[in-house]
Amino acid sequence: MKTSLTFRAYLLSALILGVLLMGWYLATLPQKAAVAVPQADAEYAALMGGSAVKKSGMPTPLEVGHTLQEKLADPFYDHGPNDKGIGIQLGYSLARVLAGFALAALVAIPLGFLVGMSPIMHRALDPYIQLLKPISPLAWMPLALYTIKDSSASAIFVIFICSLWPMLINTAYGVAAVKRDWLNVAKTLEVSPLRKAFLVILPAAAPTILTGMRISMGIAWLVIVAAEMLVGGTGIGYFVWNEWNNLSLTNVIFAVLMIGIVGMMLDMVFGWLSRLVAYND
Amino acid sequence: MQTDFLKVEALSRIYPASRGKTAVPVFENVHFSIAKGEFVCIIGHSGCGKSTILNVLAGLDEPSSGVVIMDGREVSGPSLDRGVVFQGHALMPWLTVMQNIEFAVKSRWPDWSKDKTVQHCQQFIDLVGLTGSEHKKPSELSGGMKQRVGIARAFSIQPKMLLLDEPFGALDALTRGVIQDELLKICAATQQTVFMITHDVDEAILLSDKIILMTNGPRARIAEIVINTLPRNRTRNDIHKDPQYYRIRNHLVDFLVSRSRELAVAQDASYDPRHPPEVRPGEAGDEVPSDMPRIQKQAAIHLV
Repeated sequence: MKTSLTFRAYLLSALILGVLLMGWYLATLPQKAAVAVPQADAEYAALMGGSAVKKSGMPTPLEVGHTLQEKLADPFYDHGPNDKGIGIQLGYSLARVLAGFALAALVAIPLGFLVGMSPIMHRALDPYIQLLKPISPLAWMPLALYTIKDSSASAIFVIFICSLWPMLINTAYGVAAVKRDWLNVAKTLEVSPLRKAFLVILPAAAPTILTGMRISMGIAWLVIVAAEMLVGGTGIGYFVWNEWNNLSLTNVIFAVLMIGIVGMMLDMVFGWLSRLVAYND
Repeated sequence: MQTDFLKVEALSRIYPASRGKTAVPVFENVHFSIAKGEFVCIIGHSGCGKSTILNVLAGLDEPSSGVVIMDGREVSGPSLDRGVVFQGHALMPWLTVMQNIEFAVKSRWPDWSKDKTVQHCQQFIDLVGLTGSEHKKPSELSGGMKQRVGIARAFSIQPKMLLLDEPFGALDALTRGVIQDELLKICAATQQTVFMITHDVDEAILLSDKIILMTNGPRARIAEIVINTLPRNRTRNDIHKDPQYYRIRNHLVDFLVSRSRELAVAQDASYDPRHPPEVRPGEAGDEVPSDMPRIQKQAAIHLV
């Protein structure tokens, strides 16, 4: 029987998941330490009240599954600064990312229009863009903390600076690459500059601009975890670091999984937006 | 006396020279005029500056010297008075057929109500035979249909003059013929003044009243202006029944094949760029030319 490609792909995905879980399960099985362990150690173990079983620090899939169920059942509880639900932590991170991203969009898109439309601005700003773009956003953190004097706002600033470049560069490129023909149509119709910007250049460059936004969002979500590890207090990055200090690898694995899922959903939103503005030429 | 609607005087265009070369004008000292309601074609080989001339008329390019005067006023910059049909249709792919035309109509008459605008657009969509495709995107249309939208857009702003940059170049022969007929009909109905670039000799004879022949560039100039003496109500189906058609066609083909090159190097002593010679090859005597049967046979083969 010939099954559809999608179905077979799903089947294969499930199989890979099964193999990975099985591998994880086998790797974290409790090991009998009887053979290699000398007598003294066995006595010591007995003294400590345990059987002579060496338990790996790595949690088993079942433990993680249990945590997953438990944490997701009540994601929004708040028992003080060090014990908040995963929903609240993710919410803090998302709010920071969205704030920094929105600020970056407000700066990058108009500036990108300017750079894309004016060759002189392009030449004048290009050295700055090229110089600032490769700087790791976290390198700005001390300066941000010193000048802004607020850790949460500094995290937002770091997101702002890392989302800025892809959006700026893509907007400038998209605007500069708008077909001459379309601009000529607008010219012969004596379209005002503002109307031209919104009705011709913006829709023409929208797919490129959205690609830039999608890249920016991806980077912002990568950076927020690191930024929150540094600034502390709240957020999913802080949660990961806090659970590391608690030596709760189960919670760390759980958080890592959540970061991946949220990142994937953010990307899906932008994928959907790109399809909205796409056109076939 | 008939006053000219459009006058081109001493037009020339020099592109900046690349390093180590002297700048040579693409064309120079071009004079011609177009009367109201006249359909003028311009023919010449690539590089003779036809497109540049059209762009200057459209206001998209500036001449190095010379002026264009339309309706008593100098042309400087683009204007809604001149509608342009671009070679590559230049439709905005994110807009539907209706929205593409609306964009033009709203630019022309920003104060019109939504209903009035839509009604006006619909009229021109119907005119080019695209009724039923109003809400399709350009990517869903064939090449011929896209070009029709381009024509509808140019006509919809009711310009004083229409400029067509080789509008049918990318179309197959069959589609081209159908759209040519439609263009002819629309122009006859609206008394539109048209300036058109073409490479197609038959297209020029079918559509135009006057055919401007350019010598090869650089330093191209108008070699002569061929007056189309065929009666104006010609159609694609019976144009070849008139013996004049073959004389004009021969004249044009002969020009493109050899004379455009010869005249580029050696010009007649009596040549005056202000008044390029006007010729009427169609009226060259009533006797049947000696090569007539051969051509008719060729045409017959062509039609099959």
